[in-house]
Amino acid sequence: MDYKALGLKAGIEIHQQLDTAEKLFCRCPTALRKTEEHTGEFFRYLHATVSEMGEIDRAAAEEMMDLRQFHYLTYDTTCLVENDEEPPAPMNQEALGIALTIARTFAMHPVEQVHTMRKLVIDGSNTSGFQRTALVAMGGVLPNGGVIETICLEEEAAQRVEGSTFSLDRLGIPLVEITTAPCMFTPEDVQGTAEYIGMVLRSTGKVKRGLGTIRQDINVSIREGARVEIKGVQELDLIAEVVRREAQRQMNLLAIRDELLARHAAVGQETHDVTALFAGTKSSILKKAKAILAVVLHGYAGMVGREIQPGRRLGSEISDYVKKCGLGGIFHTDELPAYGVTADEVESLRRHLGVADEDAVILIAGDRKKTECGAKQVRHRARLALEGVPEETRKMLEEGSTAYMRPLPGAARMYPETDVFPVAITGTLWDAVGVPELLSDLAARFETDYGLDAALAHQVAYSESLPLFRAAVDAGIRPNLAARTVLATLKELGRDGVAVERLAPAEILAVLQAVEDETVAKEAVPEILTGIAAGTPVADAIGAHAGGMSDTDLAALVQTIVADRIEFVREKGMRALGPLMGLVMEEARGKVDGKKVSEALRQEISRVI
Amino acid sequence: MSEAFSTGDIVAASCRGHPVEGIYITDRDGMAVLKLGSGYNIGVDPATCTLVRKNGGTAVPTPVAVEQDESLPGFAIISTGGTIASKIDYRTGAVTSQFTADDILRAIPGLSSIGRYRAEVLATILSENMTPAIWQDLARSIHAAVRGGARGVIVTHGTDTMAYSASAVSYMLETPVPVVFVGSQRSADRPSSDNIMNAMCAAAAAGSDLGEVAVAMHATTNDDYCALHRGTRVRKMHTSRRDAFQSHDMAPIGRVDFPSLAVTLSDDAVRRGASALALRDRLEERCGLLAFYPGMAAEIVRAYEGYRGLVIAGTGLGHVSTGCIGAVRDLIDAGTTVVMTSQCLHGRVCDRVYDTGRDLLAAGVVEGEDMLPEAALTKLMWVLGNESDPEEVRRLMATDLKGEIRRRSEHGL
Repeated sequence: MDYKALGLKAGIEIHQQLDTAEKLFCRCPTALRKTEEHTGEFFRYLHATVSEMGEIDRAAAEEMMDLRQFHYLTYDTTCLVENDEEPPAPMNQEALGIALTIARTFAMHPVEQVHTMRKLVIDGSNTSGFQRTALVAMGGVLPNGGVIETICLEEEAAQRVEGSTFSLDRLGIPLVEITTAPCMFTPEDVQGTAEYIGMVLRSTGKVKRGLGTIRQDINVSIREGARVEIKGVQELDLIAEVVRREAQRQMNLLAIRDELLARHAAVGQETHDVTALFAGTKSSILKKAKAILAVVLHGYAGMVGREIQPGRRLGSEISDYVKKCGLGGIFHTDELPAYGVTADEVESLRRHLGVADEDAVILIAGDRKKTECGAKQVRHRARLALEGVPEETRKMLEEGSTAYMRPLPGAARMYPETDVFPVAITGTLWDAVGVPELLSDLAARFETDYGLDAALAHQVAYSESLPLFRAAVDAGIRPNLAARTVLATLKELGRDGVAVERLAPAEILAVLQAVEDETVAKEAVPEILTGIAAGTPVADAIGAHAGGMSDTDLAALVQTIVADRIEFVREKGMRALGPLMGLVMEEARGKVDGKKVSEALRQEISRVI
Repeated sequence: MSEAFSTGDIVAASCRGHPVEGIYITDRDGMAVLKLGSGYNIGVDPATCTLVRKNGGTAVPTPVAVEQDESLPGFAIISTGGTIASKIDYRTGAVTSQFTADDILRAIPGLSSIGRYRAEVLATILSENMTPAIWQDLARSIHAAVRGGARGVIVTHGTDTMAYSASAVSYMLETPVPVVFVGSQRSADRPSSDNIMNAMCAAAAAGSDLGEVAVAMHATTNDDYCALHRGTRVRKMHTSRRDAFQSHDMAPIGRVDFPSLAVTLSDDAVRRGASALALRDRLEERCGLLAFYPGMAAEIVRAYEGYRGLVIAGTGLGHVSTGCIGAVRDLIDAGTTVVMTSQCLHGRVCDRVYDTGRDLLAAGVVEGEDMLPEAALTKLMWVLGNESDPEEVRRLMATDLKGEIRRRSEHGL
């Protein structure tokens, strides 16, 4: 696909949680909890409010179409600020400092006075109905010539547990939102940029790690298409695919538009009550519906069912809009007969409405009020199909296709958070902000300074265990031993069911130190760590493997083994080293360093041959 | 310089060398506040601002007229200000009371399905600025509304001093219809504000069988129901939670479920029509309320010399230190009525147990029974406003007038 010819344009917003001690606007820890640990719960309704400019935001207005009750789980690590029952504390200075460090790394211009704003979000993910957010810096540059427009410091939203229930542990954790200009023109560009920004963020050493701690929103459009914002892509590897599929969706929607216009298609103005027609239906959904309404789409036959993305049709798009009214979805004649609706019923529906073969009919079933809302949404979305691609906020589905969430919000959803005073970023404060060494540079340095091979150096630099590795090297541990232990050994032990999360960094360092002091052999490290993880005190665990074999004992062992196989040794010469190594290690494993064994063997073999 | 700009002007500025353009909002703390196209506000050095174009005079949207259903019962809404009627001044960032009662109807469309309303703005103040003179105006306005046929009266009020106002009106007014005070703890500009539920529950209570002054506020942190508290027995018990209001030493007199708006009244609640409408609006403003604390100097008590009444929120069963008793005696001898209540808030005063209490009684202090200090203060103002005979004043202060005194203390808090 020639994306440049297609006029693909994309930008990304990266949301990264910061690893601060406290939340952004209260003094709670930034700890994530298991939902079963919750200590209380409550429920609320949210209502759209008018912005400072006197408008109601269109996205907020749409969320209000169905009055929903939201439930919240509270913890002993959450407080009245998360409950929206206490004014916020002043902005967390640690979080602001990290945001400024990131800003400086991208060569951005900090704002002189940071104003905290309220961004209306009334999907229930914020108890207040808004998210607090502040613009911290503007105008940054990327190595590929791309532009970072802004960096904002925001509070994280509450995590959805299921349905309309949210967990308050995550609410208020500081995060930075980094927004690029629409400066990417291929799916791979977008993915590469996201990877680079992610690397810079991790270089600060002050961001949270793990699934869900970083999320990308991707803005995509093609020529003649429209800006679509895809929310919450968590897997880096999927970014390019999401962009490809969105470009494909927009192309297909434009093709449908052209076809509809050629057919002089039109959306029927009337909503038809066809409840009586389905009085005897076998369709379980229609049977239990109090009302069944029909909307005729003139000239839409074949278009509603046309696939626009893997697993998604124009019908799916219409269905997404109808769900906003609290309904499950729609039936359309491009897919009927199906779902228990018979060919006869479809025929009588067509006859009753007097529609032609080239027309499509959409059925909306449910309670009366919701179906009326649904019919309105059907007409609205069907009309948008005549214009092409609607501007939307969409959510990612598995595999990278997307579904409609809400209209793109406008600036009307933003108004000042008057409970938080503005914060000045003085020249002194800004001058004191340092730039961290990038992980990419760090990896290169590990190669040259420590002699690690490129892959291992990269792995260590980008690993969550980097601080432990650094502490070990600073303590005089050989870089190779440190790297292998923090990367491979711990991972393998974890895979074997050892509770490695119980190992404190100081304990791991003590074990490595014992190897360096030659108190224990490095082969004993896994066993010693296993013991400590199981509760053995560090000193005891090390002691159990310490002083296992003296140099004299090793020499004696090697001499015996070589003497026992002297014919074999004389025949093979130095090639006997490998096979004999295994035999010696059977006795010496965990007691002597393998290198030392190998050296002792080599000497003994060369002595006898 | 930025003085030349007015709100709405489009301004170009430099943010540490980075060019920006935005809508000029105001000058604050020596910085020019600009709203960028993204909706974010930032503060920039005013010296870098230059005008791009003057505010084109964007039309302020005309408020939609509030439609009233004539077939529904008529209520009066009397607005005094407070958070429920507040609006943010986005230029200063402060929350001010500048909503009219009509604005409340517009902000809470659900009200129009409960009744039709005549709205009156009595004051637009934050509740710490409330005065006895405004309480009197309020009692007169409610009286006029009821005489004019209102089936119930809703008073919107700041929560901080709502309990004082509700008790003051309780004494000044005999009402055959519900008079329901309501406020909100979270401002109306946030989607999570408690104003909608509280106001709708208050309107439902105003149409109910109630016949006394009550406060309607969230009963729990959930949006599930409002409690109806007797005006003389309610207190704000939390600075910010939405269920801050609690009845003391008695259960609430009713509840209004949300969103059903079903009203349930307790057996204790005075019923609609039980009293004939009457207004006795005299208050003696020279009354004080003093919280005793360990080590308090007698001079502080003496500072109330010349006051006609003083309520003391004493310790425990109703005490002040031995060192203050002389000053209390002097006040009483000089003609001040001194009423003892307890800073415990729950429970009854008894000055007959300890020596200091007996000394206070000997000095002429009136035991305030189980009255809340603020309800005792407004009562003292009202009693002294209507009665000059000291013995009659003492008798009235010890008598239950509006449910502020309970003859027996039930179990529990």
